[in-house]
Amino acid sequence: MFLTKRSSRITLVVMALLLVMPVVFYNTGNEFYLDLATRLVILGIAAVSLNLVLGYGGLVSFGHAAYIGIGSYAVGIPVYHEFYGGFESVASTNGLFQIGLAVGLSALFALITGAISLRTKGVYFIMITMAFAQMVYYLFLSLDEYGGDDGLVIEMRSQLPLVDLDNPIELFLLCYVSLAISMLIVRTIIHSRFGMVLQGAKGNNERLITLGYNTYLYRLTAYVISGAMCGFAGALMGNFSSFISPEMMGWSRSGELMFMVILGGAATTMGPVFGSIAFILVEEVLSSLTIYWHLPFGLMLIGVVLFARGGLMGILRGKGD
Amino acid sequence: MTALLKISNLRKTFGGVTATDDVNLDVEQGELHAIIGPNGAGKTTLISQLSGGQRPDSGKVLFKGADITNRPGYARAGLGITRSFQITSLVMDMSVLDNVALAVQARDGHSFRFLRPARGIAHLRDTGRAMLDKVGLLDRADEPTAALSHGEHRQMEIAIALASDAELMLLDEPMAGLGPEESATMVEFLKSLKGERTILLIEHDMDAVFALADRISVLVYGRIIATGSPLEIRGNIDVQHAYLGEE
Repeated sequence: MFLTKRSSRITLVVMALLLVMPVVFYNTGNEFYLDLATRLVILGIAAVSLNLVLGYGGLVSFGHAAYIGIGSYAVGIPVYHEFYGGFESVASTNGLFQIGLAVGLSALFALITGAISLRTKGVYFIMITMAFAQMVYYLFLSLDEYGGDDGLVIEMRSQLPLVDLDNPIELFLLCYVSLAISMLIVRTIIHSRFGMVLQGAKGNNERLITLGYNTYLYRLTAYVISGAMCGFAGALMGNFSSFISPEMMGWSRSGELMFMVILGGAATTMGPVFGSIAFILVEEVLSSLTIYWHLPFGLMLIGVVLFARGGLMGILRGKGD
Repeated sequence: MTALLKISNLRKTFGGVTATDDVNLDVEQGELHAIIGPNGAGKTTLISQLSGGQRPDSGKVLFKGADITNRPGYARAGLGITRSFQITSLVMDMSVLDNVALAVQARDGHSFRFLRPARGIAHLRDTGRAMLDKVGLLDRADEPTAALSHGEHRQMEIAIALASDAELMLLDEPMAGLGPEESATMVEFLKSLKGERTILLIEHDMDAVFALADRISVLVYGRIIATGSPLEIRGNIDVQHAYLGEE
C-alpha cells in the first residue's frame, strides 16, 4: 500500500525504459516494437483504471472491456458518419469531441451499471458486471451499420491539436503521457481522504458504514472514475488499431485486464503496468510458438496467485513490504 | 435526566425465532446502562437495530426525540451514535492509526476530497494519536492492525468509538476474550468515561457490569424481564431464577 523507496525506484526505471526503448527500436528500423509498446501502454491505462476499483476498492469488475469498446466506438462511429453521411449530430473527426464522447459515455455507462451492480456483493457483482459488458457486446454485434461481427475500419484517426496521431511516435508519446497521468491520478486519489474511505471499505465495509460513511456512494464514484479512464483508453485503442469490432469488448478481454492487474500486483501504482508488460511479452513470444499460448499464461497467473500474493510488483519489491 | 435513546415496542423475528420481543427501554443522558442476559438472548440483535445494521419488524427507536427506526446505519453515525463490535471489526490491512483517523475523518462531513494526501492532514492524525494514547496504544500507531493482539484490537475498538465523538456509545461486549488483567484495565477505562458519554453496554462479565452500570436491564429470550439499579437487579427473584442463580 505504501510506496516504499525501492518500489519508487523500480517504477521510475521501468517507466523510463518503457519510454526510451520503443523510440530507440523505432529509429533503428524496428517499427514493430513501437506498435507493441503502444498497445501495451494503452492496455496499461485500462489496467490502471481497473486497479482503482479492483485493487484499491476490492470490487472485482469483470466488465471493463466494455469501456474499451465504448471508447473506441466513440471514435469509430463519428468518423464513419463523417465519411458516409447520416447521424449529422455526431459526425466528426475532431479528436477532442471523440474523446469527450468516449469519456462521457463511459462515465454514464459506469454510473448506470455501477448503481445497480454495487447493490450486490462478491460473485454476484462479478457476474452482473460481466452481464452488463456482454450486453454492450451484443448490442454492437447487432449493429449491422457499423459492421456488426466484422467490425469497422476507422478511416481517419482523431484530429487533435499539437499531435498527429498518424505519426506512430507521436501516437505512442500521447499514450505514454496518458498512462503516466492516469497513474498519477489513481495515486493521488488513493492517498486522499476519498481513497482512504475506498480502501477502508474494501477491508471492512460494515465498519466504515458504522463510522458514518455511505460506502455505496464512494464506491460508485470510484467506479465512474475508473470507467471514464478506461473509456479514454478505448478511444486511444480505436486510434491505434484504426479498426473496431465487438471482439474488443468480449468477456475474455475483461478477463485479460483482470489478469494484468492481479499478475502485476493489485493495489500498487506500478502493478497494472507490469501486468500489461508481462501480458504483451508473453502473448508475443508464446503466440509465435503455439496457438495455445493462453495455457502457460494461465499457469503463470496461478503461480503468482499461489506463491506471490503481491504479484510481480510484490516479487520485485522484495520482502520489505 | 431525559431519555437520550428511547426504544418502544421493538420486535424482530428471524424465521420462527423472536430475537427481540416487544422491547421497551430508555437510556438516559449520561448514564451507563448495561444489558445482561444469557447467550442467545438477543443482545447483539438489539444493538444492531440501534446502530442500523438490522431493521426491526415493528416498533420505534427515538434518538434525541427523533425517529431513527429506519435511518440507514451511516446516517446514525452522523447523528451521534457509534458502536463497537463483539467480534472485532477493524480494517485489518490498514495501520492502527489509519483505522482511528478514518473515524476522525468521518466527523468532518463528507470525504469526497480527492487531492490532499489524507496521511498528511494534521488534525486527523493528531486526534487519532490522542485517542490511541487514551487507550494506551500510541506506541503501536504505525503498525498494521493485523499485527496486534486480540486484547489490543478490543482497545482499538474503544479508541475508534471515542474518535467518533458520539454522544451514545453502543458497546457490544468490550471485554470479550480479554484476560483478567486486561479486563480490569478496560473496566477502569470505561469508568473514566462515565458522565462524559452515554453508554449502552452489553457484557457477560458480571463483576464488570455491577462495577460500572448505573442501571441494568435483563434480556431473556428477546424480552426485558427487569430494569433497575445494580442493587435492585441483584435482589430480583425473576432475574436470579432466569439468569443469575442457576449455578
